[in-house]
Amino acid sequence: MDALIDVRSLCFRYDDGTVALDGVDFQLYPGETVAIFGANGSGKTTFVLHLNGLLMGGGAITICGNAVNKQNLSRVREKVGVVFQDSEMQLFMPTVLEDVAFGPLNLGLSREEASERALEALKQVGMSGCAARAPYHLSAGEKKRVAVAGILAMRPEILVLDEPTTFLDPPGQRSLIELFESLPQAKILVTHDVECARALAHRAVFFEKGRIRGEGSVEDIVARFNWDRTVIRRPTSSRH
Amino acid sequence: MHHVVLDRWGCGLSPVHRRDPRAKMLAALIFLVALATSHQSYLAVSAVYFALLVTAIFAAGLPPAAVLRRAALVLPFSLVFAAMSVASGDTTRAISLVVKSYLSALVVLVLVSTTPLPQLLGGLERTAVPRFLLLVVQFLYRYLFVISEEAQHMRAAAAAKGGSMGRVISRRRHFGAAAGAVGVLFARSYARAEAIHLAMLARGFAGHFRPLAKSSFRKLDAAFLAGAVAAIVLLRAAIEAWT
Repeated sequence: MDALIDVRSLCFRYDDGTVALDGVDFQLYPGETVAIFGANGSGKTTFVLHLNGLLMGGGAITICGNAVNKQNLSRVREKVGVVFQDSEMQLFMPTVLEDVAFGPLNLGLSREEASERALEALKQVGMSGCAARAPYHLSAGEKKRVAVAGILAMRPEILVLDEPTTFLDPPGQRSLIELFESLPQAKILVTHDVECARALAHRAVFFEKGRIRGEGSVEDIVARFNWDRTVIRRPTSSRH
Repeated sequence: MHHVVLDRWGCGLSPVHRRDPRAKMLAALIFLVALATSHQSYLAVSAVYFALLVTAIFAAGLPPAAVLRRAALVLPFSLVFAAMSVASGDTTRAISLVVKSYLSALVVLVLVSTTPLPQLLGGLERTAVPRFLLLVVQFLYRYLFVISEEAQHMRAAAAAKGGSMGRVISRRRHFGAAAGAVGVLFARSYARAEAIHLAMLARGFAGHFRPLAKSSFRKLDAAFLAGAVAAIVLLRAAIEAWT
């Protein structure tokens, strides 16, 4: 089976000289969800920004057969939808409908088609009733759903979810995980939330200092890198 | 968030909101020219024009008190020049400056409160305003809100730690800290603006906002424009003939 995403020897250095990615090889196949774990600053977000052409480093990236380069940017952005960690950054139009239609309009669709797609995407995320509302009036969970709808309206083949459960309460997290489970696209899930990864991901990779240090099942990676927040309580000694 | 109030007002469904942006912009432009060129009878003209604008505010379903208060933001600037005119012995010019600047701000405020920015810019683009200039305006508008929001966050953080931005700025010995806070504000705003820009690029933005709402200049828009121009011009002519 051909990989939807094929990354070879990806390297990237920020202007201040910080090496963010140092020879990353990665593949994503149709229908699968891959969780990306790693400490803050390990290169996870820098990596996913390359998949949409928002950053361009050394090495080669192919998305659905298209090399990521300046000539292919619009085609690549049509294929890869990125849901950012902070939905506030992603919602910038006056109404929910206009915000969700922003991507389809940029793809060159007519107003009618863009509106139709936007309404369909809002229905998919359970936000049909909010089309005319202003994004800043929504709750954090609703904002996240609208941000997801804005990406789904572009009908991408791959979804990149950067810390999707951050800022949400447990019921909001659960409902969002159920939504992601129902979406047929292949997904990359950048997260610290092991429970979310357990629920969604088929496999996981672990980033450290800009490299992939391990790859396997979610349980395997969690155990190997001690990537759990369980605190082992020591018995307290009494002073009698 | 109070800084997005114009966006909220702009999303109304009143007959004024539904008019083509070009009709509203042209009417506003003619209003400004008629107001600026009124001399002898400017007070009577201003009173009638004020009544016209208040009618438009009610027709658009905007909150009158809030709109009138916001238009007064221009007064501190015009009062400076008015004070200079008074000092030079020209009280009439001083009053004219204050009245005209307030009404000018009010008409622009009514225009932007009844026309969402993407539609307004779309209208300007169709009247051959250079695209580069429009791009600058739309980013300025968007990022002014970003800076304002960051300032609100910083003020909340300062208050949570028992401080006050106002107190910091009012004491001379704390000027260094205030300057630092302004520096941090711009750095944070820049980072935030970058993140918004990335999110826009990720959704295929190529430097051009395409409004979702279709804009076509219809008979109703032409009738609105004709009615507005007739009211502005005829009222002024009638007042000048009468006085």
